[in-house]
Amino acid sequence: MRSQVFFLLLSLQLFFSLLTSSHAISSGSGDGYTIYGRVKIPSNTLKGFGLPGKTSNIKVILNGGQRVTFLRPDGYFSFYNVPAGTHLIEVAALGYFFSPVRVDVSARNPGKVQAAQTENRRVLSELVLEPLRDEEYYEVREPFNIMSVVKSPMGLMVGFMVIVVFLMPKLMENIDPEEMRRAQEEMRNQGVPTLSSLLPGAGRSS
Amino acid sequence: MVLAIKLSFLLLLTLFSSFANYGFSLYEDQVGLMDWRQQYLGKAKHALFHSSKSGRKRVVVSTEENVIASLDLRHGEIFWRHVLGPNDPIDGIEFVLGKYVVSLSSEGNFLRAWNLPDGQMAWESFLQGTSPSKSLLLVPKSLKANQETVILVFSRSCLHAVSSLDGEVIWKIDLTENSVEIQKIIQLHDSDIIYAVGFSSPTQLDQFQINVKSGELLKHQTATFSGGFSGELVSVSDDVLVTVDTARSNLVIINFKNGEIGILQSPIAPVIDEFSGLMEIVPSKLSGLLAVKVNSLLTLVRVKGEGELEVVDKIPGQATVSDALLVSENQHAAALAHHEGSHMHLTVKLIDNWSTSFIDENIVIDKQRGSVQKVFLNSYIRTDRSHGFRALLVMEDHSLLLVQQGEIVWSREDGLASIVNVVTSELPVEKKGVSIAKVENNLIEWLQGHLLKLKGTLMIASPEDVVAIQNMRLKSSDKSKMSRDHNGFRKLLIVLTKSGKLFALHSGDGRVVWSRLLQPFHKSKDCAPRWLNIYQWQDPHHRAMDENPSVLVVGRCGQSMDGPGLLSFVDTYTGKEISSSSQTHSIVKVIPLPFTDSTERRLHILIDAEGRAHLYPQTSEAIGILQSEFSNIYWYSVEADSGIIKGHALMRKCVDVVDDYCFESKDVWLIMLPSDSEKIIASATRKLNEVVHTQAKVVADQDVMYKYISKNLLFLATVAPKSSGEIGTTTPEDSWLVVYLIDIVNGRILHRMIHHGSTGPVHAVFSENWVVYHYFNLKAHRYEMSVVEIYDQSRADNIDVWKLIIGKHNLTTPISSYSRPEILAKSQSYFFTHSVKAISVTSTSKGITSKQLLIGTINDQILALDKRYLDPRRSINPSQAEREEGVIPLTDSLPIIPQTYVTHALQVEGLRGIMTIPAKLESTTLAFAYGVDLFFTRITPSRTYDSLTEDFSYALLLITIVALVIAIFATWVLSERKELQDKWK
Repeated sequence: MRSQVFFLLLSLQLFFSLLTSSHAISSGSGDGYTIYGRVKIPSNTLKGFGLPGKTSNIKVILNGGQRVTFLRPDGYFSFYNVPAGTHLIEVAALGYFFSPVRVDVSARNPGKVQAAQTENRRVLSELVLEPLRDEEYYEVREPFNIMSVVKSPMGLMVGFMVIVVFLMPKLMENIDPEEMRRAQEEMRNQGVPTLSSLLPGAGRSS
Repeated sequence: MVLAIKLSFLLLLTLFSSFANYGFSLYEDQVGLMDWRQQYLGKAKHALFHSSKSGRKRVVVSTEENVIASLDLRHGEIFWRHVLGPNDPIDGIEFVLGKYVVSLSSEGNFLRAWNLPDGQMAWESFLQGTSPSKSLLLVPKSLKANQETVILVFSRSCLHAVSSLDGEVIWKIDLTENSVEIQKIIQLHDSDIIYAVGFSSPTQLDQFQINVKSGELLKHQTATFSGGFSGELVSVSDDVLVTVDTARSNLVIINFKNGEIGILQSPIAPVIDEFSGLMEIVPSKLSGLLAVKVNSLLTLVRVKGEGELEVVDKIPGQATVSDALLVSENQHAAALAHHEGSHMHLTVKLIDNWSTSFIDENIVIDKQRGSVQKVFLNSYIRTDRSHGFRALLVMEDHSLLLVQQGEIVWSREDGLASIVNVVTSELPVEKKGVSIAKVENNLIEWLQGHLLKLKGTLMIASPEDVVAIQNMRLKSSDKSKMSRDHNGFRKLLIVLTKSGKLFALHSGDGRVVWSRLLQPFHKSKDCAPRWLNIYQWQDPHHRAMDENPSVLVVGRCGQSMDGPGLLSFVDTYTGKEISSSSQTHSIVKVIPLPFTDSTERRLHILIDAEGRAHLYPQTSEAIGILQSEFSNIYWYSVEADSGIIKGHALMRKCVDVVDDYCFESKDVWLIMLPSDSEKIIASATRKLNEVVHTQAKVVADQDVMYKYISKNLLFLATVAPKSSGEIGTTTPEDSWLVVYLIDIVNGRILHRMIHHGSTGPVHAVFSENWVVYHYFNLKAHRYEMSVVEIYDQSRADNIDVWKLIIGKHNLTTPISSYSRPEILAKSQSYFFTHSVKAISVTSTSKGITSKQLLIGTINDQILALDKRYLDPRRSINPSQAEREEGVIPLTDSLPIIPQTYVTHALQVEGLRGIMTIPAKLESTTLAFAYGVDLFFTRITPSRTYDSLTEDFSYALLLITIVALVIAIFATWVLSERKELQDKWK
């Protein structure tokens, strides 16, 4: 199953790579290539992690820590002298969830980006990395409402007591006194097992 | 009524179960209640002071942990900090344009400019050269103040001029010709010409003259010197360089007057009395002076024109000199720090007139900080227009001190950025009669506090109240007390750092309780100690309660494996070294044995390079214990390079060495992996002190499976040698990952599995009967995690009741590694999003609580992932019975829930290891993560089911009880009245 999906992804990727071309990868002077890319964070969601509104603490990581680079003020980053092959780029940014991105650097057609997010298999036509979602590290406290007090164990206890105290007598009142007496008599005939009768020896002493 | 109770019970149950989602999460106001983080930098390599007229004074440091950071000069706090990649060491830092600090790293490959106020990277430049060489960074003094400055970088045999505005390479010259090794780049008197000086052979000096503006190579000169050059090339003044000759008894003075090379040789012997032995140049930048080490004395020599030498100062003992600092026009000062007894003597002198000193101070520095390694000097103008000085000291234990006016202004324990290993120790039991517990002053205050808390939980607290609550919680002195607590939350973390210093950190707030530098007592002429690891030595629990626990620190002289070993025993309460010994034998491996003697000292065997085992403690009692368990001691060794795993056992007493505690070992088994197809990259074993609650696992249909639990299992991972490199360099076709489970007693391979198209790096954790490992799947190009669980099939038929009755069961037969077990291994794999830096598992005191994996991700965060997500019995559609048991439906990837990060919104920069320690409270695990930063927290994998949580509202409970009592009285009164009325009717 997995391999099928993967194959689909590959063919998709090939398709896209034929359609779109970008300057995300260029051949360097040496034996390697340079990967250019950009990290884009929607400006309205920048939160108070690290320096507010700044991208200075975001790291971009190639192949699980082989190389680490930082973002320029405009969000661009680059990896230099990268050999041909399939690479993995991860973005470490507190407060955001980024999908790792696979980037194919091939010797045959330099200058073309073949990048795809590995999480959702979305093909990127340009190497612009955007967070999939924000990460909220704390549980949010529910604002005060009377229901939360009622729902708390104490509240339930109190509530139940209130029901017993005020509603039960009302219920008892509604019952016809005749019927009530009959029911009581029935109970007496059956002999309600009391605690004292259950205890051995207790019955004798009484 | 019975029904009512049942009903309320049910309600309560549903209420509680609604909380019981898997894992761990935190409210924002709970930060800091049970966790702490400390940020460090590592041992400083370079420091630059920056003081703008407005704005804050700061010092920028780069460290051996590849950290570049800007610190507040007044308090030592971090303004900003960046941890570069693990293979990106910093070669130099420099200020440019007054607003950037540039760092050269990775042997001159990367030049990055950081904005000074906020640490934002302004630009990055990749400098490519031809062949590896020394890397040098120079910011030439520009002629005009506002002129754009260029940064000169010599790296990989090329000289680059880089624009300081945007990092563009303006010009580049290849200086590879004639294989000259460039040692120095100098700028002569603010001119446009720079000189690159180096050696092309031991006797030939090469000099290149280059125009800064155009990058034109103006001249290439050579000069030969028959005496030969050796050692560092040091610039004494603008146009004079000094080095030593190959005999190491003469100074070689090179000057560049008028662009010509002049070489003079002048012997050091006439100016230094009793010169014997060798001379060594201390790298320094003292304009006009030269620091040399002669007869292990730091000697300052003034070099005058025409090769005249004059000894200015001789400093005995450990001494360090700073670089020259421009104080006023043409006046340079330098700081000199040396130890005199228990004091550190700091003097700042004028270089031209060494006899006068600006300051001359004695500073008391904790002995445990060792000697001064580096001094960085900075000056300021006092209010009375005189010069004041402050000095940044890097000590032997890697700590950073700022000294001013004879006082230590601030200090940073930066040695803690390079922790080698951690052990824990219990705190002392609270003494009778001495109550350390601080009782709340009175009931009203107590109630007020709880009312505040109640307000907080009900979200009706005002902002001031929230602050008050936070303070109250953080200040609770309970967690930082120096005694043992009921829950076992308070511990001492004994950490060994790379500098050879032991720290005891209190788990409550992370403060340093004591510290001890092991180095001074073990350093000698023929031994440069290197401390390898730390072990629990004595941990008194039941017997020997009056003894203090102690740890064993194992070290080695020198770098080679067969250097003599060093042992040090340190008391964990006081930090005193109880005893120490330097051994004649080497130490290759230390094996703590599962036996203790009558004083609860743990038996250890130390394996030396010849394969002999040495027993510690060296008492006859220990020998007795060992003799009785002689045939049950096994260990293994992995030779990763040759692909050999060997099993060893004790054989007999050493024959050729007269030592009662020495034993010879024999090889019991050997597994040789084919080196052309498999390369060992990772191994994992179970933790020695892990507790397993039950061997049986009840599965859905009332069936029992028996976990195969053995302490002698080894997990081993190998990859194809072709794909053992980095991820980007291999293809799925020629890579595979093979995992093994090996019994280390008899070398039997219990389980072997191949993951085709996968490769390392592998991070694995082994616990109970399962292994979880993380690796890279090249086919899907994603990370994967796999779990292998092993079950004992030979016990599976014990569930037959008749067999139990007749007695035909095998429950009482001893488990032996020699019997061939029938094993069932189950395995499953899942995708995992992130790269992993470290992986660990929670451990609790009885092993009942369910387990969580602690995964240190590439973001330097720690994710707590429930082990239930890694369960081979997961299927896409679990049956009803399985669902009830808690089997989660199968998904192809493991979930990353942000609320389950135990580090919440913090990062543990440079994460290297995660350690878990069981608390006494069964539900709780203590976790300590270390890297450049330290982080400590408490984790409750199944919530705190055995105690009330911190934010349990006692006030609400009290109010409810009071309300109920009032209600009872009210209803009683009412019913009395009603009864009375009824009677009157």
